[in-house]
Amino acid sequence: MISRRDFLQASVAASAIYGASGIGNWARLAAQQALTQDQLLEFDTMGNVTLIHITDIHAQLKPIWFREPEINLGVGDVNGLPPHVTGQDFLKLFNMTPGTPEAYALTYVDFASLAKGYGKMGGMDRVATVVKSIRAERPDALLLDGGDTWQGSYTAQMTHGQDMVNVLNALNPDAMTAHWEFTLGIDRVTEIIDNHLSFPFLGANIYDAEWDEPAYEPYKIFERGGAKIAVIGQAFPYMPIANPGWMFPGLSFGVREDRMREVVQEVRDAGADAVVVLSHNGFDVDRKLASRVEGIDLILTGHTHDALPEPVKVGKTLLIASGSNGKFVSRVDLDVRDGGVQGVRHKLIPIFSDVITPDAEMTALIDEQRAPYTEALAEELGSTDSLLYRRGNFNGTWDDLICNALIEEREADIALSPGFRWGPSLLPGDKITREDVFNATGMSYPEAYRSEMTGEMLHVIMEDVADNLFNPDPYYQQGGDMVRVGGMGYRIDVTKPQGSRITEMTLLKTGEAIDPAKTYVVSGWASVNEGTEGPAIWDVVESYIKRHGTVSVDPNNSVQVVGA
Amino acid sequence: MNMTRRTALALGAGALAVTLLPLSAHAAADDAIATFTGGAEIGEGGLTLTTPEIAENGNTVPVSVDAPGAVAIAVFATGNPTPEVITAKFGPLAAAQSVATRIRLAGTQDVVAVAQMADGSFVRAANTVKVTIGGCGG
Repeated sequence: MISRRDFLQASVAASAIYGASGIGNWARLAAQQALTQDQLLEFDTMGNVTLIHITDIHAQLKPIWFREPEINLGVGDVNGLPPHVTGQDFLKLFNMTPGTPEAYALTYVDFASLAKGYGKMGGMDRVATVVKSIRAERPDALLLDGGDTWQGSYTAQMTHGQDMVNVLNALNPDAMTAHWEFTLGIDRVTEIIDNHLSFPFLGANIYDAEWDEPAYEPYKIFERGGAKIAVIGQAFPYMPIANPGWMFPGLSFGVREDRMREVVQEVRDAGADAVVVLSHNGFDVDRKLASRVEGIDLILTGHTHDALPEPVKVGKTLLIASGSNGKFVSRVDLDVRDGGVQGVRHKLIPIFSDVITPDAEMTALIDEQRAPYTEALAEELGSTDSLLYRRGNFNGTWDDLICNALIEEREADIALSPGFRWGPSLLPGDKITREDVFNATGMSYPEAYRSEMTGEMLHVIMEDVADNLFNPDPYYQQGGDMVRVGGMGYRIDVTKPQGSRITEMTLLKTGEAIDPAKTYVVSGWASVNEGTEGPAIWDVVESYIKRHGTVSVDPNNSVQVVGA
Repeated sequence: MNMTRRTALALGAGALAVTLLPLSAHAAADDAIATFTGGAEIGEGGLTLTTPEIAENGNTVPVSVDAPGAVAIAVFATGNPTPEVITAKFGPLAAAQSVATRIRLAGTQDVVAVAQMADGSFVRAANTVKVTIGGCGG
């Protein structure tokens, strides 16, 4: 029913031909030789209902490199459980062979080398091909977008998300929920929903803060294959905390477990045969929610950017994790009969951009969105000697680069870069274009501030962020990674409570311990406070890259992690 | 990540107050609760305390308590300098025994609700509400 075989079909064919070649011989292997579109899309259609899940596209219209995390720790009960399994352990857990297409798609192992062989992933025109192909088999398949769609690129920045709205409208989803969408500002979100969006925007947990009443449609019930399928939207719970609340005043979010319980009951009472939650909670929050709220058949998870080749089962609920940046599309077929879900078949479809033929209409539409900005997008600012990536619990090389830029350009002792999970990768030797810089920085509160902080204040901030990630109760986690730090080393014990996780904070340029009473010049970006001043982070990074021509990032050994 | 000095300072101060004064703050809350109950033993269950897990704004945190059959409900912010938040009494004609209000929290702490039932017994519920700098949600 839930089979790793479905996903592994691709690799079985590949290893039959290239089985003996092993890791390291892949650099010249064109992906087309090993894989075919038919293999990637192969699916034994089942039951009477099909769901298609995309999430956390982050405005990536074109194929990208995206290195999966090397460090993705789970604390408390979820320690060592998917998605908190990476690299070789991941391959072992899911019985995958290093060097295969799925190993490249799902782990960081040998990433740069495999990337050259297998090519970029994603691209909304490839996603369109997959969606059309599924709809050819099941015309009324439900396409569901988990949010974080309208933010994360140069064109999304310039058009305030209009490029993504146009592309998604063409893809014709049946519903979406949201997170970063709200950072466009509430007026823009309302304008899009009222005037541009051709499908429902759902959020059962979005409330009017003043009246404490639901502010958006909570769910929609679809009739498919003779069954009623309820899709409940769950927006990112910590919107006004993790992102600037002043951009959408008047809205309140939260996990609102009781509300979810009520809504599930409401849709069951309305005759729903299957209940699907389209969620932007983050995986561990959804896992806890599934263990406490009865009556949910399926949670389509999002936010934490995890890609899992198999569903995770919690009680009677299946959790689906469909990755990010257009790298994957999940297809879930359901057999819904006699008032319930009788069977499930799932496949995480990797979008190998060199294998899946782009949908011509969608390519044209994407080109149209990008046309006004072609020159700006393509301008080469420099190149990189190092693999640049962001995803992972602690520092990634993209953020090391950003921190280096902040320290140099803003003349700071210490730099802080937020632990966002979006931002694709670049391979060693790649040119860095303006588009690449915006893919790692594009958002609506980019001011790179420069201020003074005491060592004590720095410690409070570090502890606060660490607790957002490593609090053993998922409902207290916000789903970002640890703040990235330049110019300062530290030791973190993830098992300790807030206030005692972070020790040995050290100013790298002198090797001296951070003095709680002393003042340091700190530069960072993405402050959630209104009125933050400074140049946009992309200008800081652009200036740094242009000045250096070729950038390289030394391995970061300044974060010591214990207790993992 | 929160990055301006002002908020970092404000929060630093809040967090500091909480970390430096846990004993006295909790002692003050324990005293306040004992005053409400007259020192009687407190059971669990029979009331529902609803709070956000993480406060969206520590200055105005929505708190509600539903205690069917109660004659009085009291709410305590155990980490605040003055832990007593509200005491509500219900007469025999009250249609529902519930209160909802918004409270200010000095920092991450437990919010405790205690209800006095018609038979004179007391029950309590507690939730941790986190007050965070925020700003790092992926």
